[in-house]
Amino acid sequence: MCLAIPGEVLTIDTTSDPWNRTGRVRFGTIEKSINLAYAPDAGVGDHVLVHVGFALQKIDPEEAARIWDILREMEELQDLEATSEPPLERPS
Amino acid sequence: MKFIEEYRNPAAAHALATELARTITRPWTLMEVCGGQTHAILRFGIDRLLPPSLRLIHGPGCPVCVTPAGLIDQAVSLTKRPEVILCSFGDMLRVPGRQGDLMHAKAAGGDVRVVYSPLDALALARREPSSEVVFFAIGFETTAPANAMAAHQAMAGGVGNFSLLVSQVLVGPAMDFILRSPDSQVQGFLAAGHVAAVTGVDELEQLCRNHRVPVVVTGFEPVDLLDGILRCVRQLEDGRAELENAYARAVRPAGNASALTMIRRVFEVIDREWRGLGILPASGLGLRAEYAVLDAANRFHLGPPPMGGDEECQGGRVMLGTLRPDQCPAFGTRCRPEHPLGAPMVSSEGACSAYFRFRAQNPAQPRIADGRS
Repeated sequence: MCLAIPGEVLTIDTTSDPWNRTGRVRFGTIEKSINLAYAPDAGVGDHVLVHVGFALQKIDPEEAARIWDILREMEELQDLEATSEPPLERPS
Repeated sequence: MKFIEEYRNPAAAHALATELARTITRPWTLMEVCGGQTHAILRFGIDRLLPPSLRLIHGPGCPVCVTPAGLIDQAVSLTKRPEVILCSFGDMLRVPGRQGDLMHAKAAGGDVRVVYSPLDALALARREPSSEVVFFAIGFETTAPANAMAAHQAMAGGVGNFSLLVSQVLVGPAMDFILRSPDSQVQGFLAAGHVAAVTGVDELEQLCRNHRVPVVVTGFEPVDLLDGILRCVRQLEDGRAELENAYARAVRPAGNASALTMIRRVFEVIDREWRGLGILPASGLGLRAEYAVLDAANRFHLGPPPMGGDEECQGGRVMLGTLRPDQCPAFGTRCRPEHPLGAPMVSSEGACSAYFRFRAQNPAQPRIADGRS
C-alpha cells in the first residue's frame, strides 16, 4: 500500500483553499476525486503519482506508463477498487 | 513468476545482471527497505539473477507489518462500541492482533469499513453525525501527508465525530536502528523511491555519513531494482558510502515541500513501537497538542497499548535479516495466508507473503530461459 499509482488529471475544481485543491484523476478506466494540494504544479492533462487519495508528485507521461505497467503486472492496482466511491453503505 | 525475457526491457536487465556479475568480487549483503520492492524482487525473480555472493535482506518497509499488535487490539475493541464506525485501509483487516483481527470484528457485528483514503473516512463522519468515525491511520511517510490533511480538514471544519488511531512510522529511524543493531548484516541500502518523493534525500544522506553505508534511492521496476543494486555494489567495491538517487524520475532531492509542511503542522516526532522490533526512539509521528482532540486514544481513553504480543511469529528477525521467511519453522505450515501467525504472512507487502506466493509453490523453478538457473 506504499506504492503510489500514476493517473492523469482530467479536471480541477475551483477552490479558495489551496489545501482543498481537488480534481478528477483517471487511472486506466477508473476515475476518482483526488486531492491535488501536494502537487501544486500539476494541471489538467498532467500525470501525477497518487497515494491514498492524494497526488504526491507530478511525473512525466513516460514514467506514468512505466509505473502503471509494473503495478498492473504486480497486481498492485486493487487499492483503487477496494474503495469508497460510491459512498460506503452501512452493512445491513 | 517471470522469465527475464518477459520483462519490459529484457536487454537492459540482462546487461545490468551481466555487469553486476563482472563488478562483484566479494560477498555483500544489501537491504531493500520497501515491501513493494520486496514483492517485485520475488515476483520477477530478481534475487535469482544476482551473483550467489550477493544477498538481499527484506527490510521493515511494510506499514501493515510494523503496526503493533496492541494497537490492532485497540482497533478491535473500538468496534465493540455501538456508536463507532472503524475505517481502515483494506490491507489491515486480516492482520492478527492478540484478540483477533478486524475482519472477525466485522463478522461479529462491528461496523468496520474499508476506505481508499482518510478523506473518505472524514466524509463519512460528515454524513453520519450521530456516529463516531475512527480512522486507523497507519503508514509511512507516503501516507502521512494524507492522514495529516484529514486531521487538518477535520479541525478546520469542526468535525467533532472524527478521530484517528495513529500508527504512523518513519523509515529513516528504522534504517538507523537496523544499522545500530549488533546483529545487523546490512552493508548497503536500497531506499524506497516513493517515500523519498515525500521526504527528499537529506535524511538518507545523513545516514550514509553517520554509518558509512551506501544508500541508493531505487524504483521498483526490475530494471530499476537491478540498477539500484549495481550502483550499491559499485560503491561497496570502491569503498564509497554515498547517497545516490537512481530514481530521479520520481524523486526530487528536496522532497515534497507542501506535504512536509502539512505533516509538520499536524504531527510531531515521537517514540513508537514497531511490531517485532520493539520501541524505536524518534521513529514515528503522533498528533501535536493542537490536534490531540482528534486522537482516538484520548477520545476513547484507550491508554497506552500493551507492548509485544507475538509469541510465535518471528517477523522481527525476518525484518532484521537474521531469518529468511522460508527458514522460519512455521512458514507454510502453521503460518499460512489463511491462518497467519503474524503480519508479514498476510500483508500484501509482507516478506513472508512474498515468499509464500512466489517461492513456496515452485521453489526449484529455474529463472532464466537462456540456461542459467
